[in-house]
Amino acid sequence: MSLRTGVRSLAWAAASALLANAWAAEIPLGERRSGYDLMSRETRAMQDEDATNPGMLWVLDGETLWNRKSGAAGRACADCHGDARASMKGVAARYPAFDSSRARPVSLEQRINLCRTGRQKAAPLAYESKELLALTAYVARQSRGLPISILIDARSKPFLEAGREAFHRRQGQLNLACAQCHDDNWGKRLAGSVIPQAHPTGYPLYRLEWQGLGSLERRLRNCLTGIRAQVPDFGAAELVDLELFLMWRARGMKIETPAVRP
Amino acid sequence: MARAVVTLPAQAKRGEIIEIKTLAAHPMETGFRRTQLGELIPRDIIRRFTCTYNGTEVCRVDLHPAMSANPLIAFTTVATESGTLSFQWVGDNGYTVTEIASIRVE
Repeated sequence: MSLRTGVRSLAWAAASALLANAWAAEIPLGERRSGYDLMSRETRAMQDEDATNPGMLWVLDGETLWNRKSGAAGRACADCHGDARASMKGVAARYPAFDSSRARPVSLEQRINLCRTGRQKAAPLAYESKELLALTAYVARQSRGLPISILIDARSKPFLEAGREAFHRRQGQLNLACAQCHDDNWGKRLAGSVIPQAHPTGYPLYRLEWQGLGSLERRLRNCLTGIRAQVPDFGAAELVDLELFLMWRARGMKIETPAVRP
Repeated sequence: MARAVVTLPAQAKRGEIIEIKTLAAHPMETGFRRTQLGELIPRDIIRRFTCTYNGTEVCRVDLHPAMSANPLIAFTTVATESGTLSFQWVGDNGYTVTEIASIRVE
Protein backbone atom coordinates (compact mmCIF):
# COMPACT_ATOMS: atom_id res chain seq x y z
CA MET A 1 0.00 0.00 0.00
CA SER A 2 1.54 3.33 -0.92
CA LEU A 3 1.61 5.98 1.77
CA ARG A 4 -0.63 8.18 -0.32
CA THR A 5 -3.40 5.65 -0.77
CA GLY A 6 -3.06 4.75 2.87
CA VAL A 7 -3.56 8.32 3.98
CA ARG A 8 -6.43 8.77 1.57
CA SER A 9 -8.24 5.68 2.80
CA LEU A 10 -7.67 6.67 6.40
CA ALA A 11 -9.13 10.08 5.58
CA TRP A 12 -12.11 8.37 3.97
CA ALA A 13 -12.58 6.20 6.99
CA ALA A 14 -12.54 9.31 9.13
CA ALA A 15 -15.03 11.11 6.91
CA SER A 16 -17.45 8.20 6.80
CA ALA A 17 -17.18 7.79 10.53
CA LEU A 18 -18.19 11.43 10.94
CA LEU A 19 -21.19 10.94 8.67
CA ALA A 20 -22.19 7.84 10.59
CA ASN A 21 -22.70 10.07 13.59
CA ALA A 22 -19.37 9.50 15.18
CA TRP A 23 -19.87 8.21 18.67
CA ALA A 24 -18.98 4.65 18.44
CA ALA A 25 -21.72 2.31 19.41
CA GLU A 26 -19.99 -0.63 21.01
CA ILE A 27 -20.25 -3.87 19.06
CA PRO A 28 -22.99 -6.04 20.65
CA LEU A 29 -21.48 -9.09 22.39
CA GLY A 30 -23.10 -11.54 19.98
CA GLU A 31 -21.75 -9.77 16.89
CA ARG A 32 -18.12 -9.84 17.88
CA ARG A 33 -15.82 -11.64 15.45
CA SER A 34 -12.23 -12.65 15.84
CA GLY A 35 -9.86 -11.47 13.12
CA TYR A 36 -9.62 -15.17 12.33
CA ASP A 37 -13.04 -15.08 10.67
CA LEU A 38 -11.88 -12.40 8.25
CA MET A 39 -8.83 -14.32 7.07
CA SER A 40 -8.42 -16.38 3.92
CA ARG A 41 -8.98 -20.13 4.06
CA GLU A 42 -5.25 -20.73 3.61
CA THR A 43 -4.21 -18.49 6.49
CA ARG A 44 -6.82 -20.06 8.76
CA ALA A 45 -5.50 -23.52 7.88
CA MET A 46 -1.98 -22.33 8.71
CA GLN A 47 -3.08 -21.25 12.18
CA ASP A 48 -5.20 -24.32 12.87
CA GLU A 49 -2.50 -26.92 12.57
CA ASP A 50 0.56 -26.97 14.81
CA ALA A 51 2.56 -28.52 11.97
CA THR A 52 2.12 -25.43 9.81
CA ASN A 53 1.77 -22.68 12.41
CA PRO A 54 5.11 -20.84 12.52
CA GLY A 55 4.20 -19.47 15.97
CA MET A 56 4.89 -22.96 17.28
CA LEU A 57 8.61 -22.35 16.74
CA TRP A 58 8.40 -19.72 19.49
CA VAL A 59 6.18 -21.88 21.68
CA LEU A 60 8.77 -24.66 21.55
CA ASP A 61 11.53 -22.19 22.43
CA GLY A 62 9.35 -20.98 25.30
CA GLU A 63 9.08 -24.52 26.63
CA THR A 64 12.88 -24.78 26.67
CA LEU A 65 13.18 -21.44 28.48
CA TRP A 66 10.48 -22.41 30.97
CA ASN A 67 12.66 -25.30 32.13
CA ARG A 68 16.01 -23.50 31.98
CA LYS A 69 17.52 -22.18 35.20
CA SER A 70 18.23 -18.49 35.06
CA GLY A 71 19.48 -15.59 37.21
CA ALA A 72 21.31 -15.40 40.54
CA ALA A 73 18.64 -17.49 42.27
CA GLY A 74 19.41 -20.33 39.86
CA ARG A 75 15.79 -21.23 39.39
CA ALA A 76 13.70 -22.00 36.35
CA CYS A 77 10.05 -21.03 35.89
CA ALA A 78 9.28 -24.73 36.27
CA ASP A 79 10.91 -24.86 39.74
CA CYS A 80 8.07 -22.77 41.18
CA HIS A 81 5.25 -23.26 38.68
CA GLY A 82 5.83 -26.89 37.73
CA ASP A 83 4.29 -28.13 34.54
CA ALA A 84 3.02 -25.12 32.61
CA ARG A 85 0.38 -27.23 30.90
CA ALA A 86 -1.41 -27.41 34.24
CA SER A 87 -0.23 -24.35 36.15
CA MET A 88 -0.49 -21.82 33.31
CA LYS A 89 -3.83 -23.01 31.98
CA GLY A 90 -6.15 -20.03 31.72
CA VAL A 91 -3.58 -17.55 33.00
CA ALA A 92 -3.19 -15.59 29.77
CA ALA A 93 -6.99 -15.27 29.57
CA ARG A 94 -6.88 -13.18 32.75
CA TYR A 95 -4.15 -10.72 31.72
CA PRO A 96 -3.54 -7.78 32.01
CA ALA A 97 -4.24 -8.41 35.69
CA PHE A 98 -3.96 -6.18 38.74
CA ASP A 99 -0.64 -6.38 40.55
CA SER A 100 -0.70 -5.11 44.14
CA SER A 101 3.04 -4.35 44.29
CA ARG A 102 2.75 -2.01 41.34
CA ALA A 103 -0.77 -0.86 42.24
CA ARG A 104 -1.84 -1.16 38.61
CA PRO A 105 -2.61 -3.79 35.98
CA VAL A 106 0.40 -5.46 34.39
CA SER A 107 0.59 -7.24 31.06
CA LEU A 108 1.64 -10.86 30.74
CA GLU A 109 5.07 -9.74 29.49
CA GLN A 110 5.47 -7.51 32.54
CA ARG A 111 4.34 -10.33 34.81
CA ILE A 112 7.03 -12.60 33.38
CA ASN A 113 9.66 -9.91 33.89
CA LEU A 114 8.43 -9.27 37.46
CA CYS A 115 8.98 -12.96 38.12
CA ARG A 116 12.42 -12.80 36.53
CA THR A 117 13.62 -9.82 38.55
CA GLY A 118 11.80 -10.73 41.76
CA ARG A 119 12.12 -14.51 42.03
CA GLN A 120 14.87 -15.53 39.63
CA LYS A 121 17.02 -12.46 40.36
CA ALA A 122 17.69 -12.21 36.65
CA ALA A 123 17.78 -9.25 34.29
CA PRO A 124 14.40 -8.45 32.74
CA LEU A 125 13.99 -9.59 29.15
CA ALA A 126 13.75 -6.83 26.54
CA TYR A 127 10.32 -6.20 24.99
CA GLU A 128 9.93 -8.01 21.66
CA SER A 129 13.08 -10.03 22.30
CA LYS A 130 12.94 -13.59 21.06
CA GLU A 131 13.08 -14.89 24.66
CA LEU A 132 10.24 -12.76 26.04
CA LEU A 133 8.02 -13.50 23.04
CA ALA A 134 8.80 -17.20 23.33
CA LEU A 135 7.98 -17.38 27.04
CA THR A 136 4.81 -15.31 26.61
CA ALA A 137 3.70 -17.46 23.68
CA TYR A 138 4.38 -20.64 25.64
CA VAL A 139 2.39 -19.42 28.65
CA ALA A 140 -0.45 -18.09 26.50
CA ARG A 141 -0.56 -21.29 24.44
CA GLN A 142 -1.74 -23.11 27.57
CA SER A 143 -4.94 -21.04 27.47
CA ARG A 144 -5.76 -21.83 23.85
CA GLY A 145 -9.48 -22.38 23.44
CA LEU A 146 -10.36 -20.92 26.85
CA PRO A 147 -12.57 -17.83 27.10
CA ILE A 148 -11.00 -14.47 27.94
CA SER A 149 -12.02 -13.68 31.51
CA ILE A 150 -10.73 -10.33 32.65
CA LEU A 151 -11.56 -9.59 36.27
CA ILE A 152 -12.68 -6.00 36.79
CA ASP A 153 -13.03 -4.86 40.39
CA ALA A 154 -12.88 -1.54 42.18
CA ARG A 155 -9.08 -1.49 41.95
CA SER A 156 -8.84 -2.14 38.22
CA LYS A 157 -11.91 -0.15 37.16
CA PRO A 158 -10.10 3.21 36.79
CA PHE A 159 -7.52 1.59 34.48
CA LEU A 160 -10.25 0.00 32.38
CA GLU A 161 -11.90 3.39 32.05
CA ALA A 162 -8.57 4.98 31.07
CA GLY A 163 -8.22 2.33 28.37
CA ARG A 164 -11.78 2.90 27.18
CA GLU A 165 -11.11 6.62 27.02
CA ALA A 166 -7.93 6.03 24.98
CA PHE A 167 -9.86 3.78 22.58
CA HIS A 168 -12.39 6.52 21.90
CA ARG A 169 -9.98 9.48 21.92
CA ARG A 170 -9.08 11.02 18.60
CA GLN A 171 -5.36 11.37 18.31
CA GLY A 172 -2.49 11.86 15.92
CA GLN A 173 -2.16 14.02 12.83
CA LEU A 174 -5.00 12.09 11.20
CA ASN A 175 -7.15 12.79 14.26
CA LEU A 176 -8.57 9.28 14.42
CA ALA A 177 -9.80 7.22 17.35
CA CYS A 178 -9.42 3.44 17.49
CA ALA A 179 -13.21 3.16 17.69
CA GLN A 180 -13.74 4.95 14.39
CA CYS A 181 -12.20 2.06 12.50
CA HIS A 182 -12.72 -0.89 14.81
CA ASP A 183 -16.23 -0.20 16.20
CA ASP A 184 -17.82 1.80 13.39
CA ASN A 185 -16.20 0.51 10.22
CA TRP A 186 -15.05 -3.03 10.83
CA GLY A 187 -15.54 -5.36 7.90
CA LYS A 188 -14.91 -2.54 5.40
CA ARG A 189 -11.56 -2.09 3.74
CA LEU A 190 -8.68 0.19 4.51
CA ALA A 191 -6.84 0.12 1.20
CA GLY A 192 -6.61 -3.62 0.47
CA SER A 193 -7.06 -4.92 3.98
CA VAL A 194 -10.23 -5.75 5.85
CA ILE A 195 -10.62 -3.72 9.05
CA PRO A 196 -10.99 -6.21 11.92
CA GLN A 197 -12.85 -5.58 15.16
CA ALA A 198 -9.55 -5.47 17.05
CA HIS A 199 -10.06 -8.28 19.53
CA PRO A 200 -6.67 -9.34 20.92
CA THR A 201 -7.49 -13.05 21.03
CA GLY A 202 -4.28 -14.53 19.67
CA TYR A 203 -1.30 -12.59 21.01
CA PRO A 204 1.58 -12.95 20.78
CA LEU A 205 0.83 -13.82 17.17
CA TYR A 206 2.63 -14.55 13.95
CA ARG A 207 1.96 -11.82 11.46
CA LEU A 208 2.87 -12.67 7.89
CA GLU A 209 3.65 -9.01 7.29
CA TRP A 210 6.15 -9.07 10.17
CA GLN A 211 7.61 -12.42 9.14
CA GLY A 212 7.71 -13.16 12.82
CA LEU A 213 6.00 -13.21 16.17
CA GLY A 214 4.96 -9.95 17.82
CA SER A 215 3.12 -8.73 20.88
CA LEU A 216 -0.14 -6.83 21.19
CA GLU A 217 1.85 -3.74 22.12
CA ARG A 218 3.78 -3.97 18.88
CA ARG A 219 0.47 -4.08 17.02
CA LEU A 220 -0.92 -1.11 18.97
CA ARG A 221 2.23 0.88 18.23
CA ASN A 222 1.80 0.03 14.52
CA CYS A 223 -1.72 1.43 14.53
CA LEU A 224 -0.64 4.55 16.43
CA THR A 225 2.13 5.14 13.88
CA GLY A 226 -0.49 4.70 11.14
CA ILE A 227 -2.62 7.52 12.48
CA ARG A 228 0.59 9.49 13.12
CA ALA A 229 0.08 9.75 16.82
CA GLN A 230 2.81 9.83 19.44
CA VAL A 231 3.80 6.27 20.15
CA PRO A 232 4.29 5.30 23.81
CA ASP A 233 7.23 3.07 24.77
CA PHE A 234 6.74 -0.65 25.21
CA GLY A 235 5.27 -1.33 28.63
CA ALA A 236 3.97 2.23 29.02
CA ALA A 237 0.92 2.60 31.28
CA GLU A 238 -1.22 3.95 28.40
CA LEU A 239 -0.58 0.82 26.35
CA VAL A 240 -1.33 -1.57 29.20
CA ASP A 241 -4.58 0.29 30.00
CA LEU A 242 -5.60 0.04 26.36
CA GLU A 243 -4.64 -3.64 26.38
CA LEU A 244 -6.83 -4.15 29.47
CA PHE A 245 -9.78 -2.46 27.79
CA LEU A 246 -9.35 -4.48 24.60
CA MET A 247 -9.18 -7.77 26.51
CA TRP A 248 -12.26 -6.80 28.50
CA ARG A 249 -13.99 -5.85 25.24
CA ALA A 250 -13.17 -9.37 23.96
CA ARG A 251 -14.36 -11.07 27.17
CA GLY A 252 -15.72 -14.53 26.57
CA MET A 253 -13.97 -14.90 23.20
CA LYS A 254 -11.54 -17.78 22.89
CA ILE A 255 -7.76 -17.47 23.13
CA GLU A 256 -6.06 -18.50 19.86
CA THR A 257 -2.39 -18.09 20.79
CA PRO A 258 -0.25 -18.43 18.75
CA ALA A 259 -2.55 -16.98 16.11
CA VAL A 260 -1.55 -16.26 12.53
CA ARG A 261 -2.64 -13.01 10.89
CA PRO A 262 -1.98 -11.51 7.45
CA MET B 1 16.15 -23.83 20.86
CA ALA B 2 13.78 -25.04 18.20
CA ARG B 3 15.48 -24.99 14.83
CA ALA B 4 12.98 -27.02 12.84
CA VAL B 5 9.73 -28.90 13.30
CA VAL B 6 8.86 -31.96 11.25
CA THR B 7 5.41 -33.56 11.21
CA LEU B 8 4.55 -36.86 9.58
CA PRO B 9 2.35 -39.84 10.46
CA ALA B 10 3.98 -42.26 12.91
CA GLN B 11 2.70 -45.21 10.96
CA ALA B 12 1.25 -45.90 7.53
CA LYS B 13 0.11 -48.74 5.29
CA ARG B 14 2.52 -49.97 2.64
CA GLY B 15 1.98 -48.04 -0.57
CA GLU B 16 0.06 -45.26 1.16
CA ILE B 17 0.77 -41.64 0.19
CA ILE B 18 1.86 -39.73 3.27
CA GLU B 19 2.14 -35.98 3.73
CA ILE B 20 5.18 -34.53 5.45
CA LYS B 21 5.27 -30.98 6.76
CA THR B 22 8.42 -29.17 7.80
CA LEU B 23 8.95 -25.75 9.35
CA ALA B 24 12.44 -24.29 9.76
CA ALA B 25 13.19 -21.31 11.98
CA HIS B 26 15.13 -18.96 9.74
CA PRO B 27 14.99 -15.19 9.00
CA MET B 28 15.51 -15.64 5.20
CA GLU B 29 17.18 -12.24 4.91
CA THR B 30 17.05 -11.38 1.22
CA GLY B 31 20.29 -9.45 0.83
CA PHE B 32 18.43 -6.63 -0.89
CA ARG B 33 17.37 -4.71 2.20
CA ARG B 34 19.29 -1.86 3.75
CA THR B 35 19.57 -0.53 7.28
CA GLN B 36 18.40 2.95 8.17
CA LEU B 37 21.97 4.08 7.58
CA GLY B 38 21.91 2.71 4.04
CA GLU B 39 24.18 -0.26 4.61
CA LEU B 40 23.26 -3.43 2.81
CA ILE B 41 22.10 -6.23 5.12
CA PRO B 42 24.01 -9.30 3.91
CA ARG B 43 22.03 -12.15 2.47
CA ASP B 44 21.25 -14.98 4.90
CA ILE B 45 18.95 -17.61 3.47
CA ILE B 46 18.45 -21.36 3.40
CA ARG B 47 19.73 -22.56 0.03
CA ARG B 48 18.65 -26.15 -0.07
CA PHE B 49 16.32 -28.57 1.66
CA THR B 50 16.59 -32.32 1.19
CA CYS B 51 14.70 -35.27 2.59
CA THR B 52 16.00 -38.81 2.36
CA TYR B 53 13.93 -41.88 3.16
CA ASN B 54 16.13 -44.80 4.24
CA GLY B 55 18.97 -43.20 2.29
CA THR B 56 16.98 -42.49 -0.88
CA GLU B 57 16.35 -38.87 -1.71
CA VAL B 58 12.59 -38.26 -1.95
CA CYS B 59 12.44 -34.47 -1.97
CA ARG B 60 14.85 -31.67 -2.79
CA VAL B 61 14.05 -27.97 -2.78
CA ASP B 62 16.17 -24.99 -3.83
CA LEU B 63 15.29 -21.84 -1.91
CA HIS B 64 15.76 -18.29 -3.12
CA PRO B 65 15.81 -14.79 -1.60
CA ALA B 66 12.13 -14.03 -2.23
CA MET B 67 10.95 -16.83 0.04
CA SER B 68 9.43 -15.96 3.38
CA ALA B 69 11.00 -16.32 6.79
CA ASN B 70 10.46 -19.62 8.62
CA PRO B 71 9.72 -21.49 5.38
CA LEU B 72 7.06 -24.19 5.50
CA ILE B 73 7.79 -27.03 3.10
CA ALA B 74 5.11 -29.69 2.70
CA PHE B 75 5.38 -32.62 0.33
CA THR B 76 4.18 -36.18 -0.14
CA THR B 77 5.92 -39.49 -0.59
CA VAL B 78 4.92 -43.12 -0.75
CA ALA B 79 5.35 -45.16 2.43
CA THR B 80 7.45 -48.08 1.16
CA GLU B 81 9.06 -49.56 4.26
CA SER B 82 9.64 -48.88 7.94
CA GLY B 83 12.66 -46.78 8.66
CA THR B 84 13.95 -43.28 9.12
CA LEU B 85 13.49 -40.07 7.23
CA SER B 86 16.29 -37.57 7.44
CA PHE B 87 15.70 -33.89 6.76
CA GLN B 88 18.44 -31.40 6.09
CA TRP B 89 18.40 -27.65 5.59
CA VAL B 90 21.61 -26.02 4.35
CA GLY B 91 22.12 -22.29 3.97
CA ASP B 92 24.35 -19.22 4.10
CA ASN B 93 26.83 -18.61 6.93
CA GLY B 94 27.30 -22.29 7.62
CA TYR B 95 23.67 -22.88 8.52
CA THR B 96 22.96 -26.62 8.71
CA VAL B 97 20.08 -28.26 10.53
CA THR B 98 19.31 -31.96 10.48
CA GLU B 99 16.21 -33.66 11.82
CA ILE B 100 15.47 -37.37 11.94
CA ALA B 101 12.01 -38.94 12.12
CA SER B 102 10.95 -42.54 12.00
CA ILE B 103 7.96 -44.20 10.41
CA ARG B 104 6.46 -47.66 10.83
CA VAL B 105 5.02 -49.21 7.68
CA GLU B 106 2.77 -52.25 7.86
